Amino acid sequence: MWEFIFRVLGRDNSNSRKHAKERLRLVLVHDRASISPYLMNRLKEDLIEVISNYMIVDEDEMELHLNQNDREVTLVANIPIKQIRRDYMERSQISS
Amino acid sequence: MGDTIVVTSGKGGVGKTTTTANLGTALAFAGFRVVLVDTDIGLRNLDVVMGLENRIVYDIVDVTSGNCRLKQALIKDKRFDSLYLLPAAQTKDKTSVSPEEMRYLCEDLKEDFDYVLIDCPAGIEQGFYNAIAGANKAIVVTTPEVSAVRDADRIIGLLESAELRNPTLIINRIRPRMVKHGDMMDIDDIVDILAIDLIGVIPEDEKIIVSTNKGEPAVMDSLSQAGEAYRRIARRIKGEEVPLMNLDVPNSIMDKLKNLVGMY
Ligand SMILES: Nc1ncnc2c1ncn2[C@@H]1O[C@H](COP(=O)(O)OP(=O)(O)OP(=O)(O)O)[C@@H](O)[C@H]1O
Ligand SMILES: [Mg+2]
Repeated sequence: MWEFIFRVLGRDNSNSRKHAKERLRLVLVHDRASISPYLMNRLKEDLIEVISNYMIVDEDEMELHLNQNDREVTLVANIPIKQIRRDYMERSQISS
Repeated sequence: MGDTIVVTSGKGGVGKTTTTANLGTALAFAGFRVVLVDTDIGLRNLDVVMGLENRIVYDIVDVTSGNCRLKQALIKDKRFDSLYLLPAAQTKDKTSVSPEEMRYLCEDLKEDFDYVLIDCPAGIEQGFYNAIAGANKAIVVTTPEVSAVRDADRIIGLLESAELRNPTLIINRIRPRMVKHGDMMDIDDIVDILAIDLIGVIPEDEKIIVSTNKGEPAVMDSLSQAGEAYRRIARRIKGEEVPLMNLDVPNSIMDKLKNLVGMY
């Protein structure tokens, strides 16, 4: 009986506004994360430059990409290290 | 020197042309010198919405390619002496104008007019880049639908990379009753997501169709709700502070019944 009344009164109308907003939020997270290959390369070069102050990385094997799932977008970097710089302590002291 | 405002959206059919016609008419009514530029080459519409389709001799491509002088192509409005239209070309394609030519054109128009309103084509191709090339301000039109808001987001990003910062937002075709029943995103939802300043909200209004049929913008109809909403936006463009229109709907018998049963 109550079920019938609820249906007549439109409670079953699952709130499509909330659906819309949530779907929109997710689709925009993905849209906004589509960074151009050019920018990705710039980021890679900048990362190498910073990291090289501390360790020598294998640039050819380095991987950088955006990982997307339903909830969020993450930047994933896989950077094989060839060698840790022995002189990094001194280098940081000189530069500071 | 006037302002050049491009009216754009990404998604088609959300109300760019309607907005350009109504804001232009409202600004002219307020005494400003206004020119409307239709950049939707191949899909000319603004002339029909303004009711000026029978007066076209030259078009925008005739101007940019030097077939005629700018003044020859400008069509004076039926109602206001200070309102003009520069129609789009119907038989050419959108590559017949370049962004460079648009910049020159807008510079020229700005000399003579207080407001240059540019009706942008849908999409993000050449026509979009032509339309925004000469603009110093942008209005983004959307409707309360997922696809339209998504495209608006994309457009806002493109406007920013083209150095057109701080575009303002118009939400068109709001249906207050659906919003009230939770079946349509509301103003706050959309502003929240797009994160740009809102310059106005236009309700869904059958009078828009009537006015398009007659070739007479809805701002001329004092009884049109959408017309009133556009008049308010025109005042905001002039710099006035005007409250948003009240779009609340009265409670229906159904709502009252629901309240009684304690469901809301
Ligand atoms: N607030 C409104 N209420 C009712 N109808 C509307 C409203 N706004 C626009 N329309 C209708 O929607 C249709 C599309 O509007 P319009 O031509 O202005 O969109 P547009 O963005 O310029 O489209 P296009 O991308 O094709 O150039 C028209 O038929 C118009 O009458
Ligand atoms: Mg249009």
